[in-house]
Amino acid sequence: MRVSLNWLKEYVDLDHHTPEELASKITKAGIEVDGISYVAEKSTNVVVGYVTSCEQHPNADKLKVCQVEVGDETLQIVCGAQNIASGQKVAVAKPGAVLPGNFKIKKAKLRGIESQGMICSLQELGIAEAYISKEDQDGIYVFPNDVEIGKDVTEYLNLDDAILEFDLTPNRADALSMLGVAYETAAILNKKIQLPDHHVEVIDEQVSDYITVNVEAKEDTPYYGAFIIKDIEVGPAPLWMRNYLIAAGIRPINNVVDITNYVLLEYGQPLHAFDFDKFGSNEILVRRAREQETIVTLDNETRTLTPEHLVITNGKEPTALAGVMGGANSEVTEETKTVLLEAAYFDSKRVRMGSKDHQLRSESSTRFEKGLDPNRVKLAGQRAAKLLAKYANGKVLSGVSEYDQLDKSEQQLTVEVDRINSRLGTNIDATEIAFIFEKLAFSYVQDGDSFTVTIPTRRQDIKIFEDILEEVARIYGYDNLPYTLPEGNQQLGRLTKKQLLKRYVKQYFEGAGLMETITYSLTTETRSQMLISPEIAQIAEKPIRLSKPMSEEHSTLRLSLLPEMLATLSYNVARKQQDLSYYEIGSIFVSKEKDIQTQPDEKLRASGAITGRWLTHQWQQEAKTVDFYLLKGIIDGLFTRLRIQPTYRQSEIKQMHPGRTAQIFIGEVPVGFIGQLHPTIQKQYDLKETYVFDLDLDYLFTIYNDEPHFDKILRYPSITRDIALVVDQTVTAADLEKTIREAAGEWLQKVHVFDLYQGEHLNKGKKSLALSLLYANSNRTLKDEEVEASYQEILEKVKEAHGATLRS
Amino acid sequence: MKEKLHALQAEALKQVEKADTLADFQKIRVSYLGKKGPITEVLRGMGKLSKEERPIIGELANKVRETITEAIETKKAVIEEAVLNEQLKSETIDVTLPGRPVQVGGPHLLTHIISEIEDLFIGMGFEVREGPEVETDYYNFEALNLPKDHPARDMQDSFYITEDLLMRTHTSPVQARTMGEYQGSKPVKMICPGKVYRRDTDDATHSHQFTQVEGLYVDKNVRMSDLKGVLNQFAKQFFGAEREIRLRPSFFPFTEPSVEMDISCKVCQGEGCSVCKQTGWIEILGGGMVHPNVLKMAGYDPKVYSGFAFGMGPERIAMLKYGIDDIRHFYTNDRRFLEQYHRAQ
Repeated sequence: MRVSLNWLKEYVDLDHHTPEELASKITKAGIEVDGISYVAEKSTNVVVGYVTSCEQHPNADKLKVCQVEVGDETLQIVCGAQNIASGQKVAVAKPGAVLPGNFKIKKAKLRGIESQGMICSLQELGIAEAYISKEDQDGIYVFPNDVEIGKDVTEYLNLDDAILEFDLTPNRADALSMLGVAYETAAILNKKIQLPDHHVEVIDEQVSDYITVNVEAKEDTPYYGAFIIKDIEVGPAPLWMRNYLIAAGIRPINNVVDITNYVLLEYGQPLHAFDFDKFGSNEILVRRAREQETIVTLDNETRTLTPEHLVITNGKEPTALAGVMGGANSEVTEETKTVLLEAAYFDSKRVRMGSKDHQLRSESSTRFEKGLDPNRVKLAGQRAAKLLAKYANGKVLSGVSEYDQLDKSEQQLTVEVDRINSRLGTNIDATEIAFIFEKLAFSYVQDGDSFTVTIPTRRQDIKIFEDILEEVARIYGYDNLPYTLPEGNQQLGRLTKKQLLKRYVKQYFEGAGLMETITYSLTTETRSQMLISPEIAQIAEKPIRLSKPMSEEHSTLRLSLLPEMLATLSYNVARKQQDLSYYEIGSIFVSKEKDIQTQPDEKLRASGAITGRWLTHQWQQEAKTVDFYLLKGIIDGLFTRLRIQPTYRQSEIKQMHPGRTAQIFIGEVPVGFIGQLHPTIQKQYDLKETYVFDLDLDYLFTIYNDEPHFDKILRYPSITRDIALVVDQTVTAADLEKTIREAAGEWLQKVHVFDLYQGEHLNKGKKSLALSLLYANSNRTLKDEEVEASYQEILEKVKEAHGATLRS
Repeated sequence: MKEKLHALQAEALKQVEKADTLADFQKIRVSYLGKKGPITEVLRGMGKLSKEERPIIGELANKVRETITEAIETKKAVIEEAVLNEQLKSETIDVTLPGRPVQVGGPHLLTHIISEIEDLFIGMGFEVREGPEVETDYYNFEALNLPKDHPARDMQDSFYITEDLLMRTHTSPVQARTMGEYQGSKPVKMICPGKVYRRDTDDATHSHQFTQVEGLYVDKNVRMSDLKGVLNQFAKQFFGAEREIRLRPSFFPFTEPSVEMDISCKVCQGEGCSVCKQTGWIEILGGGMVHPNVLKMAGYDPKVYSGFAFGMGPERIAMLKYGIDDIRHFYTNDRRFLEQYHRAQ
């Protein structure tokens, strides 16, 4: 809503507040003023001039040489406008004038003839073209005759009018009218408001003789009123009205249309003017449209309707899409003599249907959708009729043909001073509260500390005690509320075990060199089916798709964090950042239903990806390319810290390298996977060797034991034995370790692989694994013979189980 | 003999004076103090002396020996130090060469902001609750006083999955769920951070996915001044003690009265600049007193209980705090963006 301050002054005294001060006060009281603008950028030295003569320029076909009287002098001005003529009153920028855009006017010679200034168009005076009427757009602006020669044009054209741009919240539909804004401003500035005059002189002829109103769609149309104004003379609206419309951002058209728009803005009540002679009958019938019924609207578009839409008809065919736009068949034109004026109250949902389906949002439809003041509908009609009489020389017929089932009653609410204060934390006394109601122009009956307040119908948003509470608080001033801290039960604020663990895991990954990413939960349908961990693939019926996605790019809920992470890697690689180590913690969405009906399981996963070099090349060390074991080391570190023992089993997972992928288990429970991306996927995402992991954090958090038992620190020396075994390539480290642990006896504490060799010194198909074995006894020093015995047992068992031999 | 000893001492001390390598000292030590050295010889010849002379010469000999030894040790220490210094000098490295790098990661900026918000509210006794991102229509809208035909819940604005399921459009359903869980049995004091989704086309200021942190406090006798006090404390701790706050009336379907909170602009100190659109204030969060319908639906009697709720957008806060110009940066995960916020803050 654009609020012209000059217009607002017609209803309420703004004292001497600057636009900025007013904006700040209004904003603090609840309606956000988003900005302050002016009808036009400032210009100086532009006055009304009278063209006394207008001759052809001797040296130029398209130029005229005019003598223009500007009060104290007469200026000779060369003008190129087609519509210039003698006898006109025009806007003259005198030499020394400055026009918008810092355009300075000087005396100059144009094709040999001196020109002492410039005759201006409205555009040149800084008015936005969108708000200028069609006929004024091409050429200079011509004033009505009653303007005074030599006077500054700023006032005549309302150029310095400040406009407050209101950013209205949906509840404040009342401020979609100048009257509503006036009430609000009056409350803030503690002023009384001057209401517009809607008294109308009528002639003896009766509206009812011209038109009857029937409403078939009663639910949708609580009120429909029809006025008739005859002998209309269509022409331009008065300058002041056009000025206000321009300030409000509406292009003037002609007096009839301008008056309906003016009253729409003034009362917040949409009106529609039909050309009665073209209406086609003496009956208005308001009903739902028929299936496939059509109407050509004012914009000359043919609209196909459905029974969801409400239409005004002449009993046969639609003449308007109710509350949205009129029909071309009954449009007011220059020839219009008799106006059928509609003032109606349509149901907001019905209007929304019409405006939404036809993508026609207008000043009218917006107001219907947000709700009207039921007590202003008819008044607005009367006000418009009065203005049509005054500014279009119309004659207003007696009465109104109407259908009226509109509830116009005012609601009453009782509030107590105590209750207000206990909710606000304030100590406002009854006198001050009474004063606040007076400022708001709410009538009330006071009974000690209790008020029974009558809510004016313009404030449809006030329905319950809390709404009154807000009114009191905002007029009292939110700034004046005290600062207090809650006095109720004090509880301890803390994170849950799961939240703490989540933070812990994040910190671990970051310490281990991974950067946290956050990607989109909505992905493409294709990506949603990629890189799904086997335990998820087993239970998820299919990825969940949005019913109406905006784009395929974000159409489907993710079943793995990895595909979007790969997209993120790709994005970086394309920007020459090839060395990446990322992780993300987030939810995936698993539904077990074929046809989703209930909320999916949201499972917390930790995923990560590394690609490129791990440490970039430095002066004293070589950069290393990432590999499987680097990532596995990171994951192992996490498990160590969570005191959970995982096992890795060679697995094949779609989109993963078949030889370099392991599924991760805790006992027999699958909790995710780790491995290299399949080279074809790498290529698809333009990535070099990339390793990824995906873990079920929910499960890890469930089994995490936050009370570890104490392991005694060994008091006796330990003994280390190294062993290098030659085995077939197919024998895994895990196989060997398992056998070793089984054979070693109770004193073997740790086994760790410290070397792997495969190459020319070994037979083909063989490899050598070197392991370090740590023995210790917590009660005494071990003897060499005891360790030796265990060692021999190990050698025997690994030979038996894996054909392992000692590497010579 | 006395003279001989004195002469030896003088001679030895002269040698010590001249010596400048560790080998020289060894030589001096051997030649004067060694088993075959002149002092030993003197001592050996003591047998020839009288009983009276013997202790005197013995004492003198020992004294000479001590004096020489001491002189050697003193001078040697000086030389040793010089040698060590020489060696240390040769070991000098260029301390300006870069250190051996350790790969470090770090949190996403949003995580950082959200954790900070969480910690501040935890300090004020709030618990942190989470809830599902795929919500039912009931919890996302109806329980929050947004009935089926409410314009604010246009199908166009939300990502629906079925008629009843949608991607939550705010984290407020977590509040409704928590209250619903307690059913009016006890006070609620919580914040709920999380991801939310709106049917927006991604551009510099819109993202179809973003985050929110919302808070709720419901108890007997909660006042609007408490909301002001709590938010003031949060703002001063989060944005700096010198920042002012201002509450303005606003509108949300789930609160009444509703507020929007501004903080004074840091750039211009409230004078008005392009960052604050000349107003001196920057909008930071929305909130208000919990609407009685919301309380009622969750089993809290609005005559007995009252409460306040508030919500803020970490993206917006981060953008304001760090001058980030495009909301999409949070989700493209450009390494150059992520790295900037890895420092401890």
